[in-house]
Amino acid sequence: MINSIFLVDSIGVQNWTYILVGITFSLYIGIAVWARAGSTKEFYVAGGGVSPLANGMATAADWMSAASFISMAGIISFAGYDGAVYLMGWTGGYVLLALLLAPYLRKFGKFTVPDFIGDRYYSNTARLVGVICALLVSFTYVAGQMRGVGLVFSRFLEVDINTGVVIGMLIVLFYAVLGGMKGITYTQVAQYCVLIFAFMVPAIFISIQMTGNPIPQLGFGSELVDGSGTFLLDKLDGLSTDLGFAEYTQGSKSLVDIFAITLALMVGTAGLPHVIVRFFTVKRVKDARKSAGIALLLIVILYSTAPAVAAFARTNMIETLSNKSYATVPEWFKKWETTGLITFVDKNNDGLIQYVADNNKNELVVDNDIMVLANPEIAELPNWVIALVAAGALAAALSTAAGLLLVISASVSHDLIKKIINPKISEKNELIAARFSAVVAVCVAGYFGINPPGFVAATVALAFGLAAASFFPAIILGIFYKRMNKEGAIAGMIVGIVVMLYYMLKYKLGWFDEVTPDKSEWWFGISPEGFGSVAMLLNFIVSITIMKFTPLPPKDVQEIVEKIRIPSGAGKATH
Amino acid sequence: MEKNNSKVYWKENIKYLFILLTVWFLVSFGGGILFKDFLNEFKFGGFKLGFWFAQQGSMYVFVILIFIYVKLMNKLDKKYGYDK
Repeated sequence: MINSIFLVDSIGVQNWTYILVGITFSLYIGIAVWARAGSTKEFYVAGGGVSPLANGMATAADWMSAASFISMAGIISFAGYDGAVYLMGWTGGYVLLALLLAPYLRKFGKFTVPDFIGDRYYSNTARLVGVICALLVSFTYVAGQMRGVGLVFSRFLEVDINTGVVIGMLIVLFYAVLGGMKGITYTQVAQYCVLIFAFMVPAIFISIQMTGNPIPQLGFGSELVDGSGTFLLDKLDGLSTDLGFAEYTQGSKSLVDIFAITLALMVGTAGLPHVIVRFFTVKRVKDARKSAGIALLLIVILYSTAPAVAAFARTNMIETLSNKSYATVPEWFKKWETTGLITFVDKNNDGLIQYVADNNKNELVVDNDIMVLANPEIAELPNWVIALVAAGALAAALSTAAGLLLVISASVSHDLIKKIINPKISEKNELIAARFSAVVAVCVAGYFGINPPGFVAATVALAFGLAAASFFPAIILGIFYKRMNKEGAIAGMIVGIVVMLYYMLKYKLGWFDEVTPDKSEWWFGISPEGFGSVAMLLNFIVSITIMKFTPLPPKDVQEIVEKIRIPSGAGKATH
Repeated sequence: MEKNNSKVYWKENIKYLFILLTVWFLVSFGGGILFKDFLNEFKFGGFKLGFWFAQQGSMYVFVILIFIYVKLMNKLDKKYGYDK
């Protein structure tokens, strides 16, 4: 047994990574060839006949990006309690999606989100505003994904980041352009399996090592195996306060900000076009509801494990490094130091690593991403587990990138070209246009991946803020408020987006001042990350106020609303 | 009759939404945020209860809520003959 482990380990991390990444990539390409799209319906919504289970898996992979897989556990690890905004925010949105949006949009039965906005608000202006929102949201999001692909390649296979981005582009290009939504859906099913396996295996190993409990969600609340009888979280609270940090289970953000960020992420999730469009691919309204449930269940498997990994990794890190001699640090420390993800400056020249909250005395800076990427090494797990993490991270980044690219190409070929510019375009030409816009979108995304704009750090918050401020209110009012008219909806979306952009540019990027304004100047004490909730409220208020002073929507539109509220007779998606 | 049917169906649907979303709000914004400090007085294994709601419990409840909704709506669809 021990012999065979050594034998397997002698293959080395890098070769293992080549093997696992090679196998998974061939699998994705094989699926793409098998699931080619032959019509626009297949290209946009996979023909509308995807089973709830497959759609749930695809949605989960689509949803969990490089950020969820690589960064989230690390962010929680450093933020402690505050990290809950991501956990609740990025899962609670699915309840809104399942109860308030997915079934009705499926019944409505079109191809894209701007389709709904344009038809429900009987106006091409509304459609155009929808297209602009969809493009803004998707491009900001996809740039980060391509960067993630490049980073994983460079860290595990020691190729240049840019080469990594190009390899990622080629793969996505191949299956998104060939297969459209159909190809993407079935590769995402495979990618979900890869990424969840890759995330869970190290988590289970570490949970057993630290607490003796194989289920990380329970190990997280168990006693340590060191025989001290101390609970892991109590130990971590103690370690944190000893070093001058906030208590791990308390966090340091204000209550109002926590509330606002959680809400903004929830409604943002429910308003993201690449998530919504997944529910157009199932057969019936009841399948849309069910697949939202399955998707969330599959997402929560990873999301409930992440905070456990966060707590394990944090405890491990403090115990391994704090006040230890730099000369005797483990090998992984030196390896990740060369990537710049860990930096150590011996400020007081005592040869020991001081890791404390006080910035003047702290000597150790650890990047968020380390907590997942280096965790298997920190816990001394076998090489194949380390390689598995690389394959999982790539699956997460590629699946999300592909989903976003599809939204971009559909927005251009369907919403812009077919519905606004040239309604007479033939099915065949529309399909060509769709493929062509997918190619252009991949190139633009790749460009941003290679030359990340300065605002990449702000992009995730921005994408959620914009979705919360634009689509969410417009769709909710479109379904639940029959009297809502085009004037109200258009004004609401525009005000929502403009205010959101302004706040982000002013308080996150500091475009309008010499220095970025301090948090004491935030409106109501709400950070740019949480401002989406304010912008969303503004959208609702503006929409309803304007509606009161403008004509009711035409009779046939009111009838559409009556119809989408009834689940039966949801035909296949049509033009 | 047809028209009336759809009105009653919609009313019941809204009632379900209201109840389920109240629970959604209570576990996350309530248990995990607004009442966190109070709940942290109680312990659940090694977890302080408020912290547990924030980082574990509310997510489990979300999943359960969607499946309850699926069940309720399937039944409602059948009752009004919209399950075809």
